[in-house]
Amino acid sequence: MTSFIQTSPTRTLSNTAQDHYIAAEAPFSTFIKKGQVVRIEDSYGQQAVDTLFYNAHDFSERYSSQDTMREQGAAYISTGTKVISNEGRVMLTVTADSCGRHDTSAGACSCESNTVRFGHYTKYLHACRDNFVIEVSKHGMSKRDVVPNINFFMNVPIEPSGEMTIVDGISAPGDYVELKAEMDVLLVISNCPQINNPCNGFDPTPIRVLVWDDEAA
Amino acid sequence: MHIRRSDEEIAANRARYEEHQKKGLEFAPKALPGKSAKPAPAIDAKKIMHQEKLPGGWYWWTRVKLNETLRIALDDGFSTVSVVAWNAEDPSERMNLPDTVKVQWTTGLGKGRVIFSDMGKVMFSITEDSSGAHDVLMGGSTASSNAKKYAGQNGPALRNTRDNFVLIATKAGLDKRDIPAALALFAPVRVDADGRFEWKPDLVSEGDYVDLRAEMDMIVGFSNCPHPLDPNPVYAPNPVSILRIAALEPAADDLCQTATAEAIRGFENNAFAAL
Ligand SMILES: [Zn+2]
Repeated sequence: MTSFIQTSPTRTLSNTAQDHYIAAEAPFSTFIKKGQVVRIEDSYGQQAVDTLFYNAHDFSERYSSQDTMREQGAAYISTGTKVISNEGRVMLTVTADSCGRHDTSAGACSCESNTVRFGHYTKYLHACRDNFVIEVSKHGMSKRDVVPNINFFMNVPIEPSGEMTIVDGISAPGDYVELKAEMDVLLVISNCPQINNPCNGFDPTPIRVLVWDDEAA
Repeated sequence: MHIRRSDEEIAANRARYEEHQKKGLEFAPKALPGKSAKPAPAIDAKKIMHQEKLPGGWYWWTRVKLNETLRIALDDGFSTVSVVAWNAEDPSERMNLPDTVKVQWTTGLGKGRVIFSDMGKVMFSITEDSSGAHDVLMGGSTASSNAKKYAGQNGPALRNTRDNFVLIATKAGLDKRDIPAALALFAPVRVDADGRFEWKPDLVSEGDYVDLRAEMDMIVGFSNCPHPLDPNPVYAPNPVSILRIAALEPAADDLCQTATAEAIRGFENNAFAAL
């Protein structure tokens, strides 16, 4: 784990509005206000961070992977990507990315899909879909509300032939993405526990989530 | 302090993944036997339970039972048809395209492939497919994508897939929260080396068809609206034919049920859930 990387003179460790340590394999959620900047830090490197966003005032408006990919005309997430909701509105904008490769096609691992992908003996392993269900349940939602997500720091190249596999993440310890909230959002994370594919280098590690108030204010 | 997994554990898991990946990719030729021939094989009239002609811009939904087949065909020229599906018995189980592409190691769906639910079960087998050109990534149009694309043609007023699916979900007793990511049939989208989307119009033409065999009782929704990447500057979706064909028990050596280790395990999940 590396030390804090300052991306703006106004963004220091001492003036964070929120600073969370999220253990390996754990679920997490928090509210981010319009204008705030959230940093998701891959503290140890090579850790897939499965992420969903909901409009804080109306959870029926939520992250849409298909609208996000359509709107930017590309399959991967990076600096400049507008995170689009199912209502076609911009929820957040990716303002910084020290890694350069994030997926939103492969979805979250689940006990059920693990049985199909790896064999029935992998059913009883922690999985992101379970983390998401646990976390959204705290906010009055259910499995119906768990939609295809962003996998920050997960490397899923799609070939022109259509072929896709999950390969080793390229994120190093301390790599981060920063997003500016364009509306009040609920951020929901599953810090992926998958140990059957290389999305975490087969070794889930902790992450950190930091939030700053609008620096222009 | 985080205690990392041992090098031995990591190496063992990596070896297992590489073996799965190798098998998944090696099996692929069997799961993709090539495109179905045109014209589509005729269906015995007695087997046709229902025939729908879905006008351009419109939606349609139906219930299907296990082993029935839906044939979606471009009999009247090119169009793109977006599809969503829910388990009829428990609609909280629905089509899941990320799982579908991830477990089959490809975003390219075609004859021989299957479509999974979020519960590790198979919803559809693609038993025939003459184009193999479908989009799992971008889904359908929305009011805002129409407004942008058809500016000057009263774009916002043109029918769109998102609103069509809201109508279907609501009429089926569901909610807009229940709308899953949509499969767009006859949408020749490819991804280039940088992740940019490309539209390959030569891959689809009039007379193309897809046969989807239901692997559980379902509610299935269709929207016949131009795909957001469709380069035609004019909003002009053609009608699309949809046949609902009576159930036929798959043979023991059915291609879709046996072509990959992943499909076999998915069907084992279906069989267990049906007990
Ligand atoms: Zn996961």
